[in-house]
Amino acid sequence: MTALLQANGLEKRFGGLKAVDGLSLAVEEGELHCLIGPNGAGKSTFFKLILGRYPPTAGTVHFKGEDITKLVAAARVRKGMSVKMQVPGVFPQLPVVQNLTIALQSHFGGSDLPREVERLLAFVDLTRDARKLAGNLSHGQKQWLEIAMAVGVTPTLLLLDEPTAGMSPEETWKTGEMILSLNKGGMTVLVVEHDMAFVRQIAKRVSVLHFGKLFAQGDIDTITNDEAVQEIYLGKGHHAH
Amino acid sequence: MKNLLSLVNGPQTFGQGRTFWSAALLLLVAALFFPLFVSNYTVGNVAFFAVWVFMALGLSLIWGYGGMLSFGQTAFFGMAGYSYGVIAINFGQQSNLTFLSLILALVMAGLLALLIGYFMIYGRITGVFVGIVTLSLTLTLATFVNQTAGPEWRIGRARLNGYNGMTRIPPLSIPWVDGKLYFEGTAFYFLVLALLVVTYLGLRILVNSRFGNVLVAIRENPDRAELLGYDIRRYQLAAFVIGSTLAGLSGALYTAWGQFIAPASMALPAAAMPIIWVAVGGRKDLTATMVGTLLVLWLFQSLIVISQQYALIFIGALLLVTILFTPGGYLVWLMEHWQAYTERRRERAVPLPSGRPVAEGAAE
Repeated sequence: MTALLQANGLEKRFGGLKAVDGLSLAVEEGELHCLIGPNGAGKSTFFKLILGRYPPTAGTVHFKGEDITKLVAAARVRKGMSVKMQVPGVFPQLPVVQNLTIALQSHFGGSDLPREVERLLAFVDLTRDARKLAGNLSHGQKQWLEIAMAVGVTPTLLLLDEPTAGMSPEETWKTGEMILSLNKGGMTVLVVEHDMAFVRQIAKRVSVLHFGKLFAQGDIDTITNDEAVQEIYLGKGHHAH
Repeated sequence: MKNLLSLVNGPQTFGQGRTFWSAALLLLVAALFFPLFVSNYTVGNVAFFAVWVFMALGLSLIWGYGGMLSFGQTAFFGMAGYSYGVIAINFGQQSNLTFLSLILALVMAGLLALLIGYFMIYGRITGVFVGIVTLSLTLTLATFVNQTAGPEWRIGRARLNGYNGMTRIPPLSIPWVDGKLYFEGTAFYFLVLALLVVTYLGLRILVNSRFGNVLVAIRENPDRAELLGYDIRRYQLAAFVIGSTLAGLSGALYTAWGQFIAPASMALPAAAMPIIWVAVGGRKDLTATMVGTLLVLWLFQSLIVISQQYALIFIGALLLVTILFTPGGYLVWLMEHWQAYTERRRERAVPLPSGRPVAEGAAE
């Protein structure tokens, strides 16, 4: 079986720095895959290469068996991937409900559109704030609204770049439950995350990035018990005297 | 009727309710009977004001809804004005083709917008640089036409005439029972009124459609709009071409009305005017733009009779005060407050059962 998303030998160089260095990674259909790694490991750059925000220096990206390396971001989204970037990206001067309508309008028509908007509002717990301007939502709510927008384009693959950044522990947990239920509904999810408790809550498979390379891969217990991973990720070597 | 209303109403425009549309209809009826009660001079004057509104509405679409501050509406105004002049002088008079000249003039303005817009938008020029490119365009055209005074600058029988402006341009006309009907005076007024109604309603349908939704999304956050799968450049280009062509409509109508056009209509003071009209009333709403533009034009003309310098100073002060106190435009500010007020009143009018807040899910 071919993977839903297959990155082969991806490389991105910024001047002398190789942010992503010959990285190959496969995401299987139906998977909930977490990407972790210390700061500067190349996680976000890798995400942007998958999404087509940067052209790679070398390597290819295949999605649903098709080479999408040369496609622009919008075209990749139309092929069935969707993203929530690290910095919340909503339409601040528009009401919450219109934010969602804009995301959904090319995928649902007629009376399905308002019904689906209602459903997603309830899903991210924003029904009561539907008429507020998106810019007036709390930070966590903005993150949820953006998740709902990303889900609204009915993607096969959902990419989440630090979906819980700046959230309270409660909000983080709630977000984890949302992601789990999306995955249960059949959506493939790839998450970049720092918070290990959160990763433990959701992840089935974890990939560790280090200096732009795939460092380790496995289920969450294998990864957290791996001494080499602890060394680079938790900086254990520096603390053990 | 209900279907039609659902098309022109939507999240992108103020004035949705029965009161608004009744008032609008009343105003339209008043406008239709207006020429019966006032002098021909006043009718012509009001038509002259209305001619500029197309350019303002176009800028509202490009800037207010699309988020691109075009400083070059006058370039398309001039392009269409001169095109109308050249075509109408050569072919319009004899063969009753003045309306075809008008349409061709709009096509010329639209093509210029397509060309400039393509390189600008597909070249990812954004923010203040859009203003610089479009301002350069209009100033270049003004400078170019300024030096065409010599007899060698002619297209067919039409002399461009440099800074003196192009003269003896035929007005709009159609064949009529006893020869020709010229669109001057009251006839021109009705023509402009009809075009204004069609343009206003058409733009309301456009901005409240799915296209309009994407357009304001691009204004708010272009990256997010793109990551929802929209090819944002196509939307921006479409808005730019439509808005610029509307400036062309103003230009062609102005030229037909005055039978004259000069390069000053593309120079810096002229180029700044649409921005002031649109900013003062409220660029993010078509109704505010239309009403605001007419009010500023009327005010400007009333003051210019007293002193041209004072009129310009006053308009400058008006812009300053607007930006300081109601940055979104004073009419939009008023509309927002009126809307908030009526909503509060409506909420208060709904009686709450037994004086305690309704718990979630208790409605079933």
